This record gives sequence, C-alpha cells and structure tokens, in this order.
Amino acid sequence: MRYSALQVLKEGLTGNRGWKPVWREPDPKPHYDVVVVGGGGHGIATAYYLATVHGLTDVAVLEKSWLGSGNVGRNTTIIRSNYMLPGNEPFYELSMQLWEGLEQELNYNAMVSQRGIINLYHTDPQRDAAVRRGNAMLLAGADAVLLDRAALQRKCPFLDFDNERFPIKGGLWQPRGGTVRHDAVVWGYARGADRRGVDVIQNCEVTGFDIRNGVCRGVETVRGTIGANKVAVCVAGSSSQVMGLAGLRLPIESHVLQACVTEGLKPAIPGVITFGAGHFYVSQSDKGGLVFGGDIDGYNTYAQRGNLPTVEDVCEGGMALMPMIGRARVLRMWGGVVDMSMDGSPFIDRTPVTGLYFSGGWCYGGFKATPAGGYCLAHLVATGTSHPVAAAMRLDRFAAGAMIDEKGMGAQANLH
Amino acid sequence: MIIDHPLLGPRDAAEFVYLGDARLIDRPDWQGEDAARQFHDYLHVRDNPAGEHRELWFHEHGDRSWLVVTRNTLTHEIIRVELARDVALSLGRSR
Repeated sequence: MRYSALQVLKEGLTGNRGWKPVWREPDPKPHYDVVVVGGGGHGIATAYYLATVHGLTDVAVLEKSWLGSGNVGRNTTIIRSNYMLPGNEPFYELSMQLWEGLEQELNYNAMVSQRGIINLYHTDPQRDAAVRRGNAMLLAGADAVLLDRAALQRKCPFLDFDNERFPIKGGLWQPRGGTVRHDAVVWGYARGADRRGVDVIQNCEVTGFDIRNGVCRGVETVRGTIGANKVAVCVAGSSSQVMGLAGLRLPIESHVLQACVTEGLKPAIPGVITFGAGHFYVSQSDKGGLVFGGDIDGYNTYAQRGNLPTVEDVCEGGMALMPMIGRARVLRMWGGVVDMSMDGSPFIDRTPVTGLYFSGGWCYGGFKATPAGGYCLAHLVATGTSHPVAAAMRLDRFAAGAMIDEKGMGAQANLH
Repeated sequence: MIIDHPLLGPRDAAEFVYLGDARLIDRPDWQGEDAARQFHDYLHVRDNPAGEHRELWFHEHGDRSWLVVTRNTLTHEIIRVELARDVALSLGRSR
C-alpha cells in the first residue's frame, strides 16, 4: 500500500480496516547471499540499500529481539553534519542529504524536521574553533552560520547569556540539522526492504559464525544455521561481544549514555541547543517534551541503564543554561549502550575474516549516521571497496596512525 | 555505585575518575621484540567483557589513590576492591 493523504482519508471513512502489516514475518531460509546481523537502524538501512542501490535482494536481517529495540529507539533523535575532520565530515554530510530525501524515497513519514542545531561558545578560543569547524563544514558542502550574541539572543532569548561561569558569546548554527522520529526510520526502512524481498527476521539471535579456513560462510542462530556468502554485522553497543564470536578483539569499549524527557510543554525551544561546556544538550519534541542528555556515564557497562550522578550533572547543566526549565518535571530517563571507539569515530570496514564485514564504534552519534552508515556498508559489501566518504573508517587505523580524533583526546574511550 | 575503598570505606563512585581495563597496569616492554604491535594492542584494543571486569578507578576527590575494582558490567555490582599499588606489586612491577 502506498501511503498518501488520500489513503488516510479513505481509510478514515471506511473504519481503518485496510491497513496491513508493513513487513512479513518469514522463517529463515537455509542460505542467503548476504546476512545482516542486527535489526537496528544501521542493519535495516544496509539491507535496504543492498536491495535498492545494488539490486541484492537475497538478503536477511537477523535481529535478536524486536526490530529497532536497541539504540535506534533510545537516542535523542538529532541529525546534524557538523563534524570537522576530512575522514568524518563528508560522510555525515552524505547522511544529511539522505535524510533530506528519506521520506520521499521510503514513502514513509519519518517526521524529518530541519529545525536547526546550535553549538554554543563562551570564549574567544571557542569562537575560533567554531569558525574553523564551520569552514570545514562549508568545504564539505554542508551549511554553517556563525551567530554572535545578538543574533543568538533573537533566536533563543531564554538562555542565561550572562552566566558567571560560561557567559554565552554566540553559537555555530547548522540550519539543516534537526530531529527525526527515530522509530519511524526503522519501520520505513524495514517496509522498503521487505517490499524488495529482504527477509526481516526477528527473535533470531546470532550465537556464532561459521568460519572455515578464514572464510565466513554463515551464522549460527537460535533458529539454526544460516549460510551466507557475506555477513555484515551492525550491532553497535554489543560489537565486542558479537565480533568476539568471530575471534576478533576490537578498539571499542561499551558505555552507557543516558537521556531524559520532561512532560509536554508549550513550544519554547526552536531547535537543538548544545552546551558542550556544561555537558547538556536539549531539543523539544513535537509532543512538547524537552528531550535532553549530556555525557556518557564513563565506565564500561552493558546494563542499558546509568547512575544518578550523571543525571544530576546533566540537569545542573540544563539549569545553568536555561533556568526557565527548573519547574519542568522529568517524566522518564533511560540509557543505551554505545560502542565507544578509541578515537571517537566509527568503523565501516572488512575484517581479517573473508566475507565478514563490520560497522560499529558509533559512539554516541550513530543515529544521525543511519542512512549513510547503511549506504556505505551496503556499498562495501556489494562492491568490495569502501565508499569514498567512508574510506577512512578503517579498523586498522590505529596501527596505521590514521586516527580520526575529532576532539584530540587520544586513546581514552570515555573522553570522546 | 558505591566503591568500598580499602582505606576509606564506602565512597560514592562520583568521587572517582574511571580509566579503564586494569590490564593497563601491564605496560609492555618497550624494548620487546614486537613492541610496536604490543603497544598498539595495549593502547587501543580491549576485551570489553559483558560480566566481570577488572578496572582502574582513581579517587580524585579523595585520597588520590588508584584502585582496581572488580565490577559486573551487566549489573553494576561491585565484587572486589583492591589498591592498584598492591595489585601492581603482586604482578612484580616497581621493583
């Protein structure tokens, strides 16, 4: 069924009896051309682009739980391409361009809302860094606008501009940044992939890889062995665990990132605002809730929940930035387990095992990368060569000395 | 999380800074045969287990001692706390 306003009207008048499930629930076949492990945003997008761009439809996506049950439903839905380094920025800009055409391509309302993102600066050196970043973004074809204090005050009068510790001097604005309904991204991609013949298989945990003479020939699952010519793993958060089944140790630690949402409030915050100095960022959802978060907790964990000191720190940052939210009540808070890589940048690469491909290390920024992550991994799996914008995201880049360290923090995963 | 400091007793984890896997105590020999590969692994590659994990915590807002904390990464349960100094000495370091 093609979705349209007319269809909504027609179904509304006929008791909404015509809506059908948007993907099948097939049993796994004994063999596929490509098996994608992980039914999150990246996995399902990879399958979608394998089918649409490369014509590979003998593809299965294996998800251990329900589709989109991991980080794609736990993030704070922000999209942006405001990176700086050449190994990153063209990739994230490709992702932004894919976001801009996503709903038309999928015929699915993902609520892509380009309401803009502002990174605040508080000092002259931070302003210099913002200018430098903005120029790097422009060079990669993205958009960037430097806002001085007066311009920012017109957009966001509620900020505490004269904060004693971090007076706000302005911000770097990316007008094309914004938010997306994250669950709808998975559902839209799954529907598109399913229609082209991809088998989306839920409740099918991968328990091992069938590797013979250094060649991956399939996966062991709780629903039996599934053969494959190629296997692509997109399980960020659990990458070390799953790739450990193939005998690989990764430059990754698993950490928890928490987020919170308040009760619904009247529209107050025009876009996404990030307050890096205070470990706080916020946007307002279409329902009115303030969706906010900050830094990762900072210790290894797989628990999908964090601890209160981090929540307190985040809320203190929020109060320092915009005291007006002090009376808002937090409705929920939650955590997601993220792959923190050793330089803060991701991996889309082949592995030492022939036929086994890996996407991971997305740190706290995997959601915005969903379309390009899937696009580039599909390119790698289908053609055998890295997509040009993802060519630096190599697993061996630490040995080669070619790190992509946006923050210049060095090999300390919890500082990125 | 509450870390039962061997010298100071139970302390809030917020007083500590986290470094990572306690194997970082075992710095490779810089004169070793394949020192470059060993240092690559030491710096960048991690076991990242789901379950018991031995890790280094620094009591920054306290007595500034390094601790080796054995903690379950699935439940956040803290199983054992030792002074990193004792652990390093037992490994034969700092002779």
